[in-house]
Amino acid sequence: MKEYPMLRLLLACLSLCVALVLAQPVQAQTLQDVLQNNAEAVAKPSRRTVDDVIAALVASSATGIPDFLEGWRAKEIWQRDADGLFFRAVEDGDGLILTDLDTAEVTTVADDDGFSQAKPNAGVRRVISSALVQFLLSDPDITRRQSALDAIGRDPSGDQLAPLRASLEGEPDADILARKQQLERQLTAQFDEDPAARIAAINDLSGDVSVEVRGVISQVLATRQFVAVDVPEGTNLARILEVGENLSADDAYQQLVEADLAPATVSLDDVVATLTAQISNGQVAGVDVSTLDTDDARIAAYETLVASGDAPAIILPDERAAAISAHTFYLAYTEENADITGAAEDAQSAIAGYLGAGQTIDLTMDALSLASIYFLAAIGLAITFGVMGVINMAHGEFIMMGAYAGYVVQQVVPNYTLSIIIALPVAFAVTFAAGVAMERLVIRHLYHRPLETLLATFGIAIVLQQLAKNIFGTQARPLTSPDWLAGAWVVNDVIQISYIRIAIFVLALLFLGLILFILKRTRLGLEVRAVTQNPGMAASMGINPDRINMLTFGLGSGIAGIAGVAIGLYAKVTSEMGADYIVQSFMTVVVGGVGNVWGTLAGASLIGFTQKGIEFFNPSNTLAAQTYMILFVILFIQFRPKGIVALKGRAAGD
Amino acid sequence: MKNTFIARNPSVLWFLAGLAIFTILVTIMSEATGFGLISTSFLKTLGKTLCLCLVAIAMDVVWGYCGILSLGHFAFFGIGGYAIGMWLMYARTEGIVLTSLKANALPPTATEITDAIGGQIFGVVGSSDFPMIWAFSHSLPLQLLAVILVPGVLALVFGWLAFRSRVTGVYLSILTQAMTLALSLYFFQNDTGLRGNNGLSGLQNIPGLEDQSQAVVSLWFFWASAIALALGYVLFAYVVSGKFGSVIRAIRDNEARVRFLGYHVEHYKLFVFTLTAMIAGVAGALYYPQAGIINPAEIAPIASIYLAVWVAIGGRGRLYGAVIGAALVSLLSSWFTGGSAPNINLGFYVIKWTDWWLVLLGLSFVLVTLFFPKGIGGIFDALAKKTPPNREGDFGPDKGAWRNEEGEPS
Repeated sequence: MKEYPMLRLLLACLSLCVALVLAQPVQAQTLQDVLQNNAEAVAKPSRRTVDDVIAALVASSATGIPDFLEGWRAKEIWQRDADGLFFRAVEDGDGLILTDLDTAEVTTVADDDGFSQAKPNAGVRRVISSALVQFLLSDPDITRRQSALDAIGRDPSGDQLAPLRASLEGEPDADILARKQQLERQLTAQFDEDPAARIAAINDLSGDVSVEVRGVISQVLATRQFVAVDVPEGTNLARILEVGENLSADDAYQQLVEADLAPATVSLDDVVATLTAQISNGQVAGVDVSTLDTDDARIAAYETLVASGDAPAIILPDERAAAISAHTFYLAYTEENADITGAAEDAQSAIAGYLGAGQTIDLTMDALSLASIYFLAAIGLAITFGVMGVINMAHGEFIMMGAYAGYVVQQVVPNYTLSIIIALPVAFAVTFAAGVAMERLVIRHLYHRPLETLLATFGIAIVLQQLAKNIFGTQARPLTSPDWLAGAWVVNDVIQISYIRIAIFVLALLFLGLILFILKRTRLGLEVRAVTQNPGMAASMGINPDRINMLTFGLGSGIAGIAGVAIGLYAKVTSEMGADYIVQSFMTVVVGGVGNVWGTLAGASLIGFTQKGIEFFNPSNTLAAQTYMILFVILFIQFRPKGIVALKGRAAGD
Repeated sequence: MKNTFIARNPSVLWFLAGLAIFTILVTIMSEATGFGLISTSFLKTLGKTLCLCLVAIAMDVVWGYCGILSLGHFAFFGIGGYAIGMWLMYARTEGIVLTSLKANALPPTATEITDAIGGQIFGVVGSSDFPMIWAFSHSLPLQLLAVILVPGVLALVFGWLAFRSRVTGVYLSILTQAMTLALSLYFFQNDTGLRGNNGLSGLQNIPGLEDQSQAVVSLWFFWASAIALALGYVLFAYVVSGKFGSVIRAIRDNEARVRFLGYHVEHYKLFVFTLTAMIAGVAGALYYPQAGIINPAEIAPIASIYLAVWVAIGGRGRLYGAVIGAALVSLLSSWFTGGSAPNINLGFYVIKWTDWWLVLLGLSFVLVTLFFPKGIGGIFDALAKKTPPNREGDFGPDKGAWRNEEGEPS
């Protein structure tokens, strides 16, 4: 600045004038002042001077620095030649739209003559960016700090480390501070110049299972594949690749060719192309084309072409094998410091351990929620089939009816919370009535013909399904859950479970309690058990078996309806949703042991956990998991034909 | 002549005569012979119906005679279809591929042909390699063997497991239904190598018969179906007559008693279950070339339940009942769902049969179960003035059936 004392004086006067005009307190330095102090460096930025400008900006407490830096980086800062003032400006045809840096006042000029653009080069822009990060990280606006952190998280780089560290102090918000510290550790692990600091940071990260940290660690452990006769000294070797085991021979040879360690191979396709090109008069290399219908014949013909010099030599398999075995294929870490990669490997295996534990917990929770869905679908059946012995193939359709009842209620009552509360009793009432009607009209006549009950109720299932299709159409209807049931309970990146599944789990437990209470502690339950065991004797004790059967069947059906609402919340409501659950429900009851509600619980748990367990081995294929689960159940029944909880003695009934 | 098989089973003669007359009539009226009163597509429907009748009598033997309500026989039917479909698809694709490879300058190698066929067949599921399950698909005899053996072995293993652990009645039905569900889910997977839910298609084009018109091919398949039905009918009539038939009917009525009389109940049940599964596979192998396409939805548990519905409506425990039920319900079904049935205008609502047919079927099925347990076959009894013997005993063999003292015989 020594060179331009006059200019400086002038600028000082000017800035004073500006300050006076804007009626700002004189002691506060405006952005324009700071810029004018460094006018040359701002207008013609270079790597040498940019640091001074930024230091001056940091030293001042002017407002609007981040905006200026953004503009500077985007080449939107223009200087008016007449008075040397800087503006943020965007081009508008030939003219410019100018924004005053301090007052944000917008003016338009028709012609950009008399303005010159500041054009920082790529290196300067990088410096500006990192300075910008620092300003944003200490920005008073919390959302801007948050978005600056998000930007770092998305695209971490080494030059963010210093500003991030600088911004740690004086961070008022606890959440943001924690996030900053988190990112600081991650950046340190990847980019710090001091190996000891990196190792310390890597060790700090080793308990974290988040996707981000796993990415950081694998970034540190990034490898490249090399080939050489011997592994050179000083290589940070990750591992040697065994050809045939973790590297295919074709890939290995291809790598040799790329490294100029072996001649290019001639593939079978090349052979065919060369032969095709050389065909004349139905012959190639003196052989009839029609005989070239095996690979061996084609190669023989090609060899003839090679011998006559018409084609490049083919590499025979044993030559390839010799070339491959003469070389070592290995993976080397891109990070050269073996201590750092060692620490990262330790961290990775520690994380893998936590990850395994986390996945086990997650799987258990998944299995639990699947088990509760099966339990909920099957518990109505546990009463009608398990206790009464009636095969109700329309059970799934009762579930479907309950779900549609919930859907209809939701059409009438728009408040989702309220509509769910209303839907549960409505669904119960509708399916209870349907169950009672069905028992009175059909099942009552078939109590001694179980196979025919199966068929008749199947007929009813067809009717109900088709009626639902006729009324509601074939497309899926949504049953929307209230907001407080949306979302998921997130423990970390591995363990998370949606609230709706927790709600289904709670509902399942509730029903277990309710059914047990009704069956074991109420007059109705006593009568139900009496009628089930011996209708004749129960009748002589003054119990009306007809009435009890009717009520029990209604109860089981009503519970299916409530289950329908719950299942509808978590899956879509279609006319075929019941059919999806019917076979599983029956299996749940049979596996658990007929005639016992605890058995149904055990059956649902067994089926849910087995299915999730199988799914764990092949996560992409849930159909396979279902298939093998059913096979498992079929085999299971071989060993425990009466289910897990088998009734003994007189209660077994036969 | 007094105690021959035919003399004891006069219905076999009646049935064969009826089937022969029907076949001749249809042949005369078909497009292939020039009269063209029956369109080729309807001819195919009739041929398919004959196959359904065949699987229905198999179902009748296993359920109506032996008392095993199997909800898996339509899966065996589907497996038969898949087995023949694999050969049909392979052979046809091979023809197409050979033609297209002729365009290349060099004659194709064996691997090139296989790769090209694989790419054609499995392109839809994003693969081009032949899965293990297609190992025999190039050979018609081997796939024909598979039509019989795969359902047979499956039924044998499943039946052995189920019968030896004395799973009976409703439990057995549920177990067979589970097996069917597992099978259909298995076929639905892309990994299985049977083209997932795309199924196998283009089966109506029979390799080697490209010169024949569909009208002629359909007629041939119709004849084949009729012959298969006739043979199946005679075979099953033979099986259910005589001592063997008496034993399996006895098993239906009271399994424990038969066991106490010293019969190996499991062996009898296993034989019936396996034999009917194999015949179901044959029926499927004849059905699907006429249908032209097979996909896993055909195997779903509901199809097997419909099979039980046909038999129940036709009348259990008599072979012609199953034939009548299957033919009537499946033909009515295609008439109603095909949109040819006239809509009924109620003024405030128009009943479209495409929407309401299933409701009608379901309701009539419930009514048949409740009020006409003998099904349509019961009409023949009424015509013949046949009354069930009054056994002066209990109301029925089922568990919990009323004893004679408990009520009035109806």
